[in-house]
Amino acid sequence: MTAPLHEPTAEAAPSAAEEAAVAGADAKAVQGRSLGRIAWERLKRDKLALTGGVVVLLLIVVAIFAPLITNIVGQDPDVYHEDLIDPLFGTPRGSLGGISGDHWFGVEPVNGRDIFARIVHGARISLLVGFLSAVVAVIIGTVLGVLAGFFGGWVDALISRVMDGLLAFPQLLFIIALVSVMPNEMLGLSGTGVRLFVMILVIGFFGWPYIGRVVRGQTLSMREREYVEAARSLGAGRFYILFKELLPNLVAPIIVYTTMMIPTNILTEAALSFLGVGVKPPTSSWGQMLSSAIDYYQSDPMYMVIPGLAIFITVLAFNLFGDGVRDALDPKGSR
Amino acid sequence: MLAYLIRRLFAAVVMLVVIILVVFGIFFLVPKWAGVDIATSFVGKQADPASVEAVRQKLGLGDPIFVQAWEFFKAIFAGRTYSGGGDVTECAAPCFGYSFRSEQAVWPVLTERFPVTLALALGAAVLWLIFGLAAGVLSALKRGTLWDRGAMVVALAGVSLPIYFTGLLSLAVFSHSLGWINAEFVPLDESFSGWFGGMILPWITLAFLYAAMYARITRATMMEILGEDYIRTARAKGLKEQVVIRKHAMRSTLTPLLTMLGMDLGALMGGAILTETTFSLPGLGQKVLDAIQNQDLPFILGVVLITSLAVLIANLVVDVLYAVIDPRVRLA
Repeated sequence: MTAPLHEPTAEAAPSAAEEAAVAGADAKAVQGRSLGRIAWERLKRDKLALTGGVVVLLLIVVAIFAPLITNIVGQDPDVYHEDLIDPLFGTPRGSLGGISGDHWFGVEPVNGRDIFARIVHGARISLLVGFLSAVVAVIIGTVLGVLAGFFGGWVDALISRVMDGLLAFPQLLFIIALVSVMPNEMLGLSGTGVRLFVMILVIGFFGWPYIGRVVRGQTLSMREREYVEAARSLGAGRFYILFKELLPNLVAPIIVYTTMMIPTNILTEAALSFLGVGVKPPTSSWGQMLSSAIDYYQSDPMYMVIPGLAIFITVLAFNLFGDGVRDALDPKGSR
Repeated sequence: MLAYLIRRLFAAVVMLVVIILVVFGIFFLVPKWAGVDIATSFVGKQADPASVEAVRQKLGLGDPIFVQAWEFFKAIFAGRTYSGGGDVTECAAPCFGYSFRSEQAVWPVLTERFPVTLALALGAAVLWLIFGLAAGVLSALKRGTLWDRGAMVVALAGVSLPIYFTGLLSLAVFSHSLGWINAEFVPLDESFSGWFGGMILPWITLAFLYAAMYARITRATMMEILGEDYIRTARAKGLKEQVVIRKHAMRSTLTPLLTMLGMDLGALMGGAILTETTFSLPGLGQKVLDAIQNQDLPFILGVVLITSLAVLIANLVVDVLYAVIDPRVRLA
């Protein structure tokens, strides 16, 4: 715990704001500090979370500028380098999977495509699916969570049942099932485009209950708070209360759960590509690289280590950053 | 107690019906909305038009959707006879579907593979419960110490590593480089030691992931409970610290974990797809991968259905256990 707690039952946003007021009165600083400011100051002290955040930022830059980066390095993810392959074994010449000044991470067995370029391009797929499916989950989860918490009654009962049901069942299996019954062409998209679209939708769909549950709980407890009561007695309508009083206070928990959801989504995307229901070749993705590395784990172990490390570092960075954001925004959760 | 059990049982039956309808929806309604020809996806894309047409008739895809749903539902309890295209295919109860592509009923294939999956899940569960709970409880009690930090770093790494990567790494190191373990799968009835040796790496790999998750959750739950008033009361009335931890804190920490264990085990009954794929274990999960690669949709359907039922049963068992452990539940 970084600051004194005066209201152990309150959660996230409201208590952080109140706590700031108290802390501000104690300290010399008299002027009010916003929640974002307090959170940022806490986050700055958390070295691990900052490291995670920096890595995440770097990965985003790499993903956005992937074609530019591979151009500067002078490698193309789809160009074959068969001259670098030992024709007898099909594995790269040289040690450590053909790592050299030209090919920083080595080359693939058999066709000799540059692994560095494929990893850089693979980051695009991982982050794109990770982020966008989180967006889908946040939209559905916030709308349904607020509806359940705000209106209560049968609306709440129905939405809560659906959330419990979705959370109870093995998601990967259901995602595989849904992805495999989807068409190969739809909405004018084909190939990798369709797969990406379907993956984002399906992963997002199975992720919304995590957000929905939290939002519902927060809405439920905030609905009865004094400031909502005050707004109501001043004659504010339902929608005014919903958008002006409740939603701003839901931002903090939503941010926390979104950052924690992205790494899970990235792992799911990698798993789907590993199993062959993700993006289609020649588009490169980390899960797919690992799946083809299975056949070479004895003769060319570097081929499996590099995409594995890429997934590990990415997911770990997001997890560290997510834990830090949670601790910074939610003093009660600083475990 | 009896009223509680009857209520839970009733809820489970309702849930069973809902699950079957949802699975029907995923495989028959969603493709229809998305504009996919269901018959084609059931026989594979290379099939000739005549056999696609035969399957269309056999599945009754021309019938109203309610009739189709009812046939699908009935088949699970009473079996089903598919007729069309001049021949008749029998599928005995419980009919979890029929693969027209490989010309076999789904259920017998699944039951044949089930023991491998069961052994993988149970063995791993023993390991992850021992290590996950121990690490979590110790971390909560020694909060902030080097042990706590070390354990939590390992746990965070554990939940960030894809299981097929740890699996491949362990294969490369322990089986290939060091040669300690022969990682080939050997059926149990051939040789016990061979079977056991082949299962060690899968067990450890799967257990590592879950132990990491359980350690994180156990630690968080335990720390929350240690802050509760009744723990203070227990200490205030002079109980030994050991008794406070064992009788008061541990008991409340374990009840939510029981729910988690029930759900996780239930879900794993459908096969740890990634683990089984990495280690080539012939369980249900590997069948899912085969089915993806061969476009043999009925097997995916079958595994989804069997897993859902396993989750349902596991939840029911947990509910009953809750009533035994926790008197508050019984009386509610």
